[in-house]
Amino acid sequence: MPALSNTSDKKAGFGGRFLALAKSNPIVVLLVAVSIVVGFTTSNFFSWGNLGNLISNTAIRFLIALGVSGCLITKGTDLSAGRQVGLAACLAGVLIQRGDYTGRLYKNIPEMNMWVVLLIVLAVGAVIGLLNGWIISRLKVPPFITTLGTQTIVYGFCLVFTDAQPIGGFQSVYTRLITGRIGNVKGFYLPYLLFVAAVFGILFWFIYNKTCHGKYMYAIGGNEVAAEVSGVNTKNTLLKIYLIAGVMYAFAGYLLAAKSGGASASMGQGYELEAIAGCTIGGVSTTGGIGTVPGVLVGVLVFELLKIVLQFLGVNPYYNYVVQGLVIVVAVALDIRKYIAKK
Amino acid sequence: MSEYLLEMKNVSKAFPGVQALNHAQLQLKAGHVHALMGENGAGKSTLMKCMFGIYKMDEGQIFMDGEPVTITDPIDALSKGIAMVHQELQPIPARPIGENIYLGRYPIKKLFGFIPMVDHEKMYSDTEKLLKKVKLPFDPKQLVGTLSTSQMQLVEIAKAVSANCRVLILDEPTSSLTQREVDSLFDIIEDLKKDGVAIVYISHKMDEILRISDEVTIMRDGQYIGTWEASSLTTNTIITKMVGRELTNLFPKRENVPGEVVFEVDDFTSINPKSFRHVSFNIRKGEILGIGGLVGAQRTELMEGIFGIRSHVSGVVKLNGRELKISRPKDAIDHGVAMLTESRRESGIMGVLSVADNISISSLKKYLDYGFAINDSKVENLVQENVHKMNIKTPSSKTLIQSLSGGNQQKVIIGRWLANDPDVLILDEPTRGIDVGAKYEIYCIIAELAKQGKSILMITSEMAELLGMSDRIMVMCDGRCTGFIDGKEASQEKVMDLATQFE
Repeated sequence: MPALSNTSDKKAGFGGRFLALAKSNPIVVLLVAVSIVVGFTTSNFFSWGNLGNLISNTAIRFLIALGVSGCLITKGTDLSAGRQVGLAACLAGVLIQRGDYTGRLYKNIPEMNMWVVLLIVLAVGAVIGLLNGWIISRLKVPPFITTLGTQTIVYGFCLVFTDAQPIGGFQSVYTRLITGRIGNVKGFYLPYLLFVAAVFGILFWFIYNKTCHGKYMYAIGGNEVAAEVSGVNTKNTLLKIYLIAGVMYAFAGYLLAAKSGGASASMGQGYELEAIAGCTIGGVSTTGGIGTVPGVLVGVLVFELLKIVLQFLGVNPYYNYVVQGLVIVVAVALDIRKYIAKK
Repeated sequence: MSEYLLEMKNVSKAFPGVQALNHAQLQLKAGHVHALMGENGAGKSTLMKCMFGIYKMDEGQIFMDGEPVTITDPIDALSKGIAMVHQELQPIPARPIGENIYLGRYPIKKLFGFIPMVDHEKMYSDTEKLLKKVKLPFDPKQLVGTLSTSQMQLVEIAKAVSANCRVLILDEPTSSLTQREVDSLFDIIEDLKKDGVAIVYISHKMDEILRISDEVTIMRDGQYIGTWEASSLTTNTIITKMVGRELTNLFPKRENVPGEVVFEVDDFTSINPKSFRHVSFNIRKGEILGIGGLVGAQRTELMEGIFGIRSHVSGVVKLNGRELKISRPKDAIDHGVAMLTESRRESGIMGVLSVADNISISSLKKYLDYGFAINDSKVENLVQENVHKMNIKTPSSKTLIQSLSGGNQQKVIIGRWLANDPDVLILDEPTRGIDVGAKYEIYCIIAELAKQGKSILMITSEMAELLGMSDRIMVMCDGRCTGFIDGKEASQEKVMDLATQFE
């Protein structure tokens, strides 16, 4: 049986390696090629502003995708990701409204420090993640069903406490910090969010490659029975994965509210699918046990690139959903084919 | 017209690393019961699966009524009048008996003359007639899931009968039946014989074979040994023919010296009343205790119960006189017990992960820096140490384990367990699906571990392995321990005798 594609042949030259890469990641190559074409045929595509925009969008989506990646690697999924992001955004929004803002939703809550709000939001995310993890690992409800249920529950709570009202009037210290940027040389700048994403990217890379938790995660995805027999505490590992995921969504929601300058219950809708798509395009396999942090980054980046490309092509934004859906299905179909061929 | 209803000639079939069938043959006469006998792994089931179209033969031919036929898949086999009752049942528990029996060939009626729909009335009335014919007192609408295992087995047999087959394969049909149910099965068989059906009967139970069969074909190591009139055979002659092979130099010289008792299991009983019960044994330091028995003797279940994979309701496990509380594998591992499971693919390897990941997974905590960061060079040392010690052939430690051969995968998994330096090592079929050369290497590893003072519990269904490697043999039958044999005095006949002591 031939080795898997990611053990690239050292003897092959750059061309050969590029070809091998293209073969194993056809979607990535295709989308990058399309964006280059679009870049040269439309004006303003290659601009610093566009780049900064891409980076900020990707950064938040990357944090969500990192959360989902653990679920996917263990053959699970997390459909509640998007609604959890929405809940965190709304919660952060409600708590961080200015004291003098006339449209305050809860007038008897004192004006709160943004860092305290962050801790509260993360704690709520942890609780939801823990709930998901507990249902999946202890009650053995399939992740698809579990998170489909919690997705709806979370959305319900979000509607209840926001009364389905949009939330604005944030403390400016919060929005200014999170949308902050470094440098402004001839329009070139780097958003703070880039560094946040980088820190978490490195952290997750470390967890996935250098800690017992990461190794256990891959082991469960590779063969859960074998992992359990080998002494891996599969229940607690799964619990931790969904817990970490919940915290990541909450953090992403906290950032998203500031970036958008407002929040509403519909925020984050469909983000779980974008995150799953990003992971899959980036080589996280739905058959379990396979996936890397750099891969997730590439997948999310490419997916965001796709959205910008569609925008530049002047496609009716409603078509975005059609295209994104197609990309998800094609990415998974191609991934599955890799393994079917090996049987 | 040929003398035989069905004939298989020169059938060979290889699986990766194993020649399962080597020019095997079988001749079935209409209206006769033909017993197919051999040790576990002799190729009986494989031969039947070739006949039934589940496996494709590498070479060989099948003749029906003297005409050559090709059987492409089970549907094809059924259409040619061949039916099979499998050793492992595959009913759909949540559907009624009638639907299970007519699965895939539901009677159809036309609504308004043109909309096809399942004719439930006909299906259930046909089922009722069928159940009456085979003397099973069930309601056709009863869910299969509410039946006991033996009742399910009878329903499966009824299903095979309902196919109006000319050849019926029964693979260990009585393994879970009570004596009364066996008698009614034999009545059904007698009726089928009168109808001219040729029956292949696979069983390990000698008394049944001698009672029901007309001819006996014996297989060994995938090869055809011979066919005899059942009346000319006795239990002893069958056993001799089944196992009769010379054991020379297949096994390394063992230099282990068993010491004091280290591991004791007392009155161990499964939560499942059909599984192991009241099993007691002990094992000494540096001893290899072989565990023999037929398929279904619950040996794997017992060991998995001890290791915490399955639940038990009573019984005590002691290591060095101290009672162990084991409710999951992690507990057993923490106490110095390791277990190489039976199915490498299902519960051993993590195929898409590397050799390094596979070998280190159960001992990861040993390679940490600062208590949390895995030191890759320590893991690499572990891999290299095992590669040298056990002669594991792998391009690198990053190679995915699924691309190694079965023998090398097995060595990696053994390495995984040795990394924890266990006192007691349970090996469940350690050489299954491994080629002959690698087998010898694994025997050497086992012998060396025993010499180092590890206590080894080895389940094996290969008689030669059991006799050649064990200091002592425990034999199980139907969930009970039926006796112990000293390795020096052990013989195939003694083991088979204990292994077939059904209650």
